[in-house]
Formats: sequence, structure tokens, C-alpha cells
Amino acid sequence: MKQRAVVVLPPLLCGAAFLALWELFVVTRHIKPFLLPKPSAIWGQFHGNFHLVRSSTRVTGTNALIGLLLGVAAGVVVALAASRFRILRELISPLATSVAAIPIIVLVAIFNNLFSITSEVPRRLMVALVVFFIVFLNVAKGLEQTDPTHVELLHSYGATNADIIRKVRIPNALAYLFVALRQAAPLAVVTAFVSEYFGGTQNGLGARITQSIASSRDAAGWAYVLAACLLGLAFFVLAIAIEHITTPWRARQANEFSSIPTTRR
Amino acid sequence: MWRRAPDMDNRDRRVGDTRMRDAARRTLMFIAALALAAAAWEIYKAVGPDNGGDLLGMHVLPKAENRAMPHIWEMLSRFRHAEVRGSHRTIFDSVASGAWYSFRIALAGLALGTAIGFGLAVFMARFRIVERGLLPWLVVSQTVPLIALAPLVESWGGRLHIGAFTWQPWMSAAIIAAFLAFFPMAVGALRGLSSPPPASVELMASYAAPWRSTLWKLRLPAAVPFLLPAFRLAANAAVVGTVVAEISTGLRGGIGRLVLEYMREATGDPAKVYTAVLGASVMGLAMAALVASTEKLVMRNRRAGAVA
Amino acid sequence: MSTTNDSPAVEVLGATMTFNRGRANEVVALDPITLTVNAGELVALIGPSGCGKSTLLRLIANLIEPTAGTVRVNGKAASQARLDGDYGMAFQQAGLFEWRTVTRNIELPLELKGWDRTRRRERASEMLDLVRLGDFADHHPWELSGGMQQRVAIARALSFAPKLLLMDEPFGALDEMTREHMQGELGQIRAKTASSIVFVTHSIPEAVFLANRVVVMSARPGQIAAIIDITLGQRDELTREDPAFFAHVTSVREALRGLPASHGAGVDDR
Repeated sequence: MKQRAVVVLPPLLCGAAFLALWELFVVTRHIKPFLLPKPSAIWGQFHGNFHLVRSSTRVTGTNALIGLLLGVAAGVVVALAASRFRILRELISPLATSVAAIPIIVLVAIFNNLFSITSEVPRRLMVALVVFFIVFLNVAKGLEQTDPTHVELLHSYGATNADIIRKVRIPNALAYLFVALRQAAPLAVVTAFVSEYFGGTQNGLGARITQSIASSRDAAGWAYVLAACLLGLAFFVLAIAIEHITTPWRARQANEFSSIPTTRR
Repeated sequence: MWRRAPDMDNRDRRVGDTRMRDAARRTLMFIAALALAAAAWEIYKAVGPDNGGDLLGMHVLPKAENRAMPHIWEMLSRFRHAEVRGSHRTIFDSVASGAWYSFRIALAGLALGTAIGFGLAVFMARFRIVERGLLPWLVVSQTVPLIALAPLVESWGGRLHIGAFTWQPWMSAAIIAAFLAFFPMAVGALRGLSSPPPASVELMASYAAPWRSTLWKLRLPAAVPFLLPAFRLAANAAVVGTVVAEISTGLRGGIGRLVLEYMREATGDPAKVYTAVLGASVMGLAMAALVASTEKLVMRNRRAGAVA
Repeated sequence: MSTTNDSPAVEVLGATMTFNRGRANEVVALDPITLTVNAGELVALIGPSGCGKSTLLRLIANLIEPTAGTVRVNGKAASQARLDGDYGMAFQQAGLFEWRTVTRNIELPLELKGWDRTRRRERASEMLDLVRLGDFADHHPWELSGGMQQRVAIARALSFAPKLLLMDEPFGALDEMTREHMQGELGQIRAKTASSIVFVTHSIPEAVFLANRVVVMSARPGQIAAIIDITLGQRDELTREDPAFFAHVTSVREALRGLPASHGAGVDDR
């Protein structure tokens, strides 16, 4: 119990202190709301507009979720295929590493023209693409980088290639899949609402934020920002939860939240 | 005596040959992959439904007609022609200058984000309690929609007058790029700074070395193999941040705005938007090339393959 | 840095070490330990895992503070000795800094002590000659074998001429032949520098070959079970084939097993 308190308390205190300072800063310095609204005002708008906030969250969230599922599925399938067929890996890998350097978000501009103006497909496709590359790179690495001792052991049992893939490579790759998922889940949310900046239907979180700021309803805009943060956080927590449930032995491994395990003072 | 084995020199030469052959093969495969993608594009254009279609009951097939999907050669040749009818400026000029403009912004954002991220990492490495309190919030901060920060940063900047210095609009984009870049840098640097084995830290303690010396002589050099992949991620983040900032604030001069503008003209001029997308891609690749050469330079004295 | 020439190199008086005191996972690593290492002596610490030999070494090095008792090094408090640089340390992993050349690795403690460049270079060069690696001054650690890396680590430990060397299984990661070779090297270095050494090891033959006295420790809680004098005179390659060597090895082995030593090899039971 004490262990958990040690982990949870400092960030909570930090967050509470930050909010308090924010409120104080805006009030005492008489900051105009269009610059920076008070946390209390933002919360008021969040509460007051809740049905709108919820519906736009649903739109963006659905896009993010569908894209995430598609991207993960495609990434895993292609990674498996690439580990089996060397030529596929040789074709895709340099492409994937180049794509990792490019701001592929600009492809939404192209997708918007390929589909009808009211379609949500461009956004979902974009999310799927972003997620696909992250998942593919990680899972392919996981399938390749297996402990040679494990592979030798299975060979000594007369295992076929298929056996080795099933019993050694895939469990190893699972760990890498979750590393990818932790990164891809919040990124799916961000990609979903950034895609909305390119036009198309305007009832998602990204569009509502722009609308609110354009019509000088800033606290409302920030309320949508809060919703977007919460959505991203929810996806991240979901990814970690799935990881803990399916692979509990990795629960102790270092991730962004655990303290980096090494030398100190 | 520790002598090089007689056939070591030959072996080195052979290793060098294979490395060159691998590089050649990789380039070949890359070109082949691009060619295949182009071929797939043209094939879909030939057989796909003009106005989009249904797959398994859902309307998910893209339109194959010329106004939506131009031919590959149409996209490439568009570069040579004028940007707007009657103007002397070719698309190539516009896109190139836009990409260069954005590249410099991304570079500025990268520099700022790297400095902040690294500074934060040192702070967190020094005070464990800071790490525990701050790190989760840093993770959360990456989901904050950039557009919310853009008008904020712009109006803050607008009030900044230090002598003759006034806030330029591009600086807001650089700040947002820095905001995206600092996180991978902070995480990577923190991991690197904490990476030395306990024996090395004990060694420094046995010399009664102050924390500053241990940082400079041990933790920092030990962190370099972690900083490089982090730097790579930060560079990509800076590029993405710049483009998204440009799109959400409509910053003139950058490639992001060009993408938006050309997209809106796509019904009349379908190939235009593809040129801007290509320009943005080249910008990203240029940044990646810059990072890769920095990596080579920094790691030249280290064992090959020692990057974390 | 005032020391009298006849003060013992190390004096441990009733030192105990308890980890996590007062908490659920409290562990008494060391019961009161009293041990003296005389100037110029090599004392080996040997015992099963968990007997606290590494902990004892770190107490002497002032890397941790004893829960009770005192540790004096070179006639001063251990903390002062650390600040004054009275000892050098070597670990199982050579722990050389990959990004520094061999010379710069040896210069590390000298940099921290504020020596100027010329003086550092000179001393590093001397040390390299001492461990017979003069030709590798500008090499990087990964270009050297394990044994050579350890020699550099020893050169580094001796660079500021400390009177005391603390070594925690420095040859543990080496193969048997290199190990025996390094034991010989250490003996030669000792002859030239006249340093006192506290040497932690897992290997009985190594302890017997190197030490003037072997301190046998037992676990849970860590304490000294026996101290055995090694009367083998000058050590060289033939020592390991001497019947007296085997007799000493047997004494140590039996002390480790808890039997009272029954040979006239100068055994001390505590």
C-alpha cells in the first residue's frame, strides 16, 4: 500500500500545485480569458457543455479506436508475413523507416479528396496508417530479436520453423507489441483530432476547439482540450491495462511511469 | 603480446565489401518498393470505381477518377508548371521555398526542445522526487492538442518587446515544435543519465567526486548512446510539430499552409496537392539525414553498434 | 594527510551493518566485526554468498556507514581517508569508461584531484609501465582483453599512489589461466609499490596464493569465522605445486565448512 502511495502521491501533489498556481496567476495578474482562462472557468464550461463535449469526444474517439484496431491488426499481420518472407521484409523495412521520418499527417489532405466530403474514412485511415507503422516496426523487431539460446533449445527438440515461431518468436514479439501499443494509443487520439484540421465534417473534438477559439469562447475551447487530454489518457491507460492482464510477468518492466531502474546518488 | 591475427586485415576488407553490398541492396529494395507502390496506384486507377465504392457494405474505396487520383506522371510534371495561372513562379519554387522555411523552423524547435528536454532530464536525475512528480505529467502533456497552444503562444509572443525585437509568427510554430520535441529527449536523456553500472558510480564515490563531476565525467558520456535515438525521435517530432502548427495557425510561408491551400484547390487542380505533400516528405527526410550524420560524427570514437 | 608509518592500514572495531533498520525487511549484514590490516599486508576475505565480505569492503571504503562501531583507515576516520584519497578500488567488472582511451581512464582520479595535464600524463605513463601495457596507451577498452582491462583498472586504482588497495573479486570474470597470470602480476605490483591490500574473493586457491592472512567469513549474520596465517614466503609459479600450498588450501576449505583446522599452518580461530 505504501509502495503505491509513493508512486501516486508525488504526481498528484505536483498536479494539484500546478492547478492552484494557474488559478492564482490568472486571478492576480488579471489575465484576459482569451489568453488563458482560469481552471475553474474551464471546469464550468466542461460541466455546462457536457453533452456537446461528450458527443464530440465520441466522434473523435470512435475514429481513433477504429484506426487503432485496424492499424494494430495490419501491423501484426504484415510483421508476421515479413518475418516469414524475407523479400517482403526487405521491401517494407526501408519504406517504413523513411516514413518514420516524414510528417505523414499531411496525407490527410490527399485522403480528403479521395473520399466524399462527409466521410470519416480519411481520419480513420490516417490513424490506421500512423499506428500501422509503429506496430509494424516494433513487432518486426520483436520477431527478429529472439534470444538465440531459446532458438537453439527448440532446434535441439527437433522443432520445425513453425514451432519456433509459435513458441518463441511470438511470445517475445508480444512484449514489443505492447511497447508499440503504449505509444500508438495516445497517438491515435492526437492523430484523430489533428486530422480534423484539414476540413471535412466538423463535429469532432479538433474541429470544436478551432470553432470555440475562433468565436472567442475560450474557456469552452479549453474544455474540449481537457476532453481531448482525458481521451488520450484513457487510451493510454487502456493499453497498459491490456498489457498487465495478458502478460503479468512484464508488470515489473520499466515503462514511462515506473522509476527508471538504475543508479542514483 | 596482443597481436592482430594474420588474416584480420583481409577480414576487415571482406567485411567492408559486404557492407557496401548490403547498402546497395537496401537502396535497390527501396526503389523497388516505391516502384511497386506507384504501380499499385496506377492499377487501382485503372480498375477502381470512379466515384468510390463499397467494400463489405462500407463505403471505403477511394475515388479513382482523375480529379481525385491523378496519374503519377501528372503529379511529377506539375512541378514544372506555374503555381497560379499567369504567374512566373513554378510549383517547384513555391514548394521548395516553403519546405526550406519549415525546415528552419523545425530546426529551431528541435534546438529549443532538445535543450529543455535535456535540462529537465538532468534536473530529474538529480532529484528523484522531481522525477516521480513530473514524469507522468510529461507523458500526459504529449496528448494536449497543439492547436490550443498555438493562439496562446502567438498572443504571448505579440506582447514581447525587448528593445527592437518583436515576436515573429514563425516563432510560435517553433515553440510548438519544441513542445513536441522535448519529451522524447527528456525520457531518453533520463534513461541515459541513469544508465552507468553501480560499480562506476561507486568508483566516483570512492574518489569523493561531487555530483557535478560525476555528471560531467560519467553520466553524460554514458548517456550518449541513449541520447542519439532520442534525438532522432525528437527531430521527427519537431518536423511534425512544425507542420501541424503551420496548419493550425495558417502560418504564411511554410509547407503546411501550402498543403492546405493546394488541398482546397484540388477540384480544379488535382495534382497540386501532391507536390506539396512531396515537399513535406523531402523536408522530413532532410531532417533525418541531418540527424544521421550527427550520429555518425558523435559515435566515431565508440564501438560500432553501441547505440542503445 | 598525516599518517604514522606504523599505524595499521585498516582498523575495523566492532563494526556492524544493518540494512533497512526498523522495517519489515531488516537484514543484519554484519555482526560486530573486528579486524586489523597491517601496513604492507594482503588480507583476503573469503566466504559463502551473503557473508558480508563485499559489505565489509564497502565499509572500509566509506561507501556505506556502519550502523555501529568504527572504521579507521590510515590512522584516520574512513570518511576522511576517502576524501584524502588514501585508497584505490578495483571491481569485478573493470569498469573502464568506454569513451576514454586507456591513458585517459587512468587519469580519471587524477583529474578529479586537480592534477595538471603534464603531471597526469607522466603518472599515467608510469602506471602503464608498471602493469606492462605501455604499448596500449591510446587504445580503447573494447580493444583489450578482459585481463588487460583489469590491469588498466589496477593501474587506475594505483595512479594516485594510495597506500591501500581495496579489491572486490577483480579477477572473478576472467578464465582460470588468465586469473593465475593476474595473480602473479598483482604480486609483482605489490612488491614495487608496497601497498596494503584487502582482497575479496570466491576462490580458495586465489586467497591462499595472494594473502598473508585469509579471513574466513560465515553468513547470516556475517561474521569472522577464522583467520588463517599463510606462511608460504615468496610466491611464484612453483608455489601452486608446493605441498604446503595444498595444506593451506585445505585449512581454508575446512574453515569454510566449519570444522576446526587441524594442521599446524598457523590457524587462528575467532
